[in-house]
Amino acid sequence: MSTLPDPVPETAAAPAAPSAPAAKPGGEWLHYAVRNPKLIIGATVVVILLAVGLLGPLLLDNGNPNEYVGPQASAPDGTYWMGTTTFGQDVYAQFVHGLRATFLVGVVGGAIAAVIAMVVGFLAGYRGGIVDEILNMLTNIVLVLPALAVLLIINAYMGVRSVAVQGLFIGLTSWPWAARAIRAQTFSLRTREFVDLARLSGSGTWRIVFREIAPNMSSYLFMMFILLFGGSILIASSLDFIGLGPTEGVSLGLMLQSAQQWSALQLGMWWWFIPPGAGITAIVGALYVANVGLDEVFNPKLRES
Amino acid sequence: MRRYFARKLLVYALTFVAAVTVNWMIPRFMPGDPVAAMVARARVSQPEAAEAMRAYYNNLFGFDEPLWQQYLHFWGALLQGDFGISIWVFPTPVGDVLLDALPYTLGLMIPSVLLSWFVGNWIGALSARRKVLDNTVLPVGYLLTAMPYMWIAVILAWALGAHAGWFPISGGYSLDITPGWSTDFALDALHHWVLPFLSLFLVALGGWAIGMRNMIIYELESDYSSYLSALGAPQRLIRRYAFRNAVLPQVTGLALQLGVLVAGALVTEIVFAYPGLGSLILASIQNQDFFLLQGAFLFIVIGVLIANFLIDIVYVVVDPRTRTGMAGGTS
Repeated sequence: MSTLPDPVPETAAAPAAPSAPAAKPGGEWLHYAVRNPKLIIGATVVVILLAVGLLGPLLLDNGNPNEYVGPQASAPDGTYWMGTTTFGQDVYAQFVHGLRATFLVGVVGGAIAAVIAMVVGFLAGYRGGIVDEILNMLTNIVLVLPALAVLLIINAYMGVRSVAVQGLFIGLTSWPWAARAIRAQTFSLRTREFVDLARLSGSGTWRIVFREIAPNMSSYLFMMFILLFGGSILIASSLDFIGLGPTEGVSLGLMLQSAQQWSALQLGMWWWFIPPGAGITAIVGALYVANVGLDEVFNPKLRES
Repeated sequence: MRRYFARKLLVYALTFVAAVTVNWMIPRFMPGDPVAAMVARARVSQPEAAEAMRAYYNNLFGFDEPLWQQYLHFWGALLQGDFGISIWVFPTPVGDVLLDALPYTLGLMIPSVLLSWFVGNWIGALSARRKVLDNTVLPVGYLLTAMPYMWIAVILAWALGAHAGWFPISGGYSLDITPGWSTDFALDALHHWVLPFLSLFLVALGGWAIGMRNMIIYELESDYSSYLSALGAPQRLIRRYAFRNAVLPQVTGLALQLGVLVAGALVTEIVFAYPGLGSLILASIQNQDFFLLQGAFLFIVIGVLIANFLIDIVYVVVDPRTRTGMAGGTS
């Protein structure tokens, strides 16, 4: 086990100031933000869908999207914008309620997972050694534990499943890959010169992590949060699809589940299985695209000249 | 090197013990009473007969022992390769049920994971180089990676199966054919395999391509890239370094994505009624089959651990820092 440092040429002593993609103070950041098509398109789609999810249910006559309101299995028309299910439920009513549930599960799951991933990833990657080993073991254990299993336990303790609790447990189970990605990044960064310099000047672990390492991967961290947010939505939809969704109300995943269960595919009822999946894809996809736009705004090197 | 692998293996062993313990606990906390369900299914009218049956099943499954004994028995049986008896397809041993389903899931996952990884990295690396290509790859990649697995499966089944009639949309093989080592069966199974494979491949492809593109662009902004270009190194050389460094997190990601891909395979199998582990897990949840669920989870756990170990080996090959004692890599 040699402890030789990487052979770094003398001249490679890069400027101690990291090339942090930090926002310039004042209007410059805004100047680029309002001129970035990816960010504008992505953010617009997300905001529109969020507004539909928040306001849509309020504009409907009744509060229960699962009520039998109209003709059975009718295609979209002026009255029922997205048609009705085999049972005469209004697909549009289910859709707007489902959007709300989808955003909720994404925010709760994504935020919890991101916080855990950053704490674990930075600590393990920067400190290494026994801390790394212990955190890695924890990461492994959570990684091989399917989120499904944890939700089964929850289901056993609580007969009623809710969207928020689902999000919470998705957050608690979906951080390992992100923690490892941060760890790998931190690991490659901690061998760079400016970190050595900070260490020589006696900075503490967290100071180095937040002042030197995190700014150097802030765009990456943001990308990771977006991925976790989207990932939570996707995991939730999978859980809903195999019958482990919320027991109350409706979600986009539950809509897909009932469409599958009642043979919407074989019956050719495309208006039943297209909207929920399209809703999920639009939210997650728009988040990703907006994120690329933000990356370009913060990072001058990525800007198209 | 040897110490590196020894430490990894220790972590895996501990992980396995923890996972088995949790796996053993989960079914004990699940609602419902499988024995009662079995007795009910047998439709016994006399209470005495029902009681006798209940006692028989309790004895058979070991529910009448104290918990710690059940736990030790569970380990003992596991080390002998005995996963118990399935309640759903009573009295077939769980191991047999799972082994029958395993080829279908592996045959779906291994090609889709590896192919999507290689093709996705290739596309991602190309798109980081050419603006024109990037403007196509980026939206398409994000669209694909944002799609729920079961939705793309439903769309494909609807478009290429129900509508066009090119591929069957249900099962792993036709009902009028006997599984075996015949050309007819192989072709038929392949025909049923195309759509589930495509679903998994397409969604995963988008993720790998985007990941590679972002990593390469990130690497191109790093100090060593600036240094190389300041020295006047050709752009191609800088890109080669960037690619090599960008591949590392992608290798790590291959192991980490397995959990997501297993979930993807599971829901995809449900859409196509494909006779793999996913369909078994669904059936075991619906029928509250403790042993089948435990067995399926353990299969997945073992698979993920083996895959992680293989990734470790690959990582040691591609990342020189792990060989110079700088304790890098993944575990």
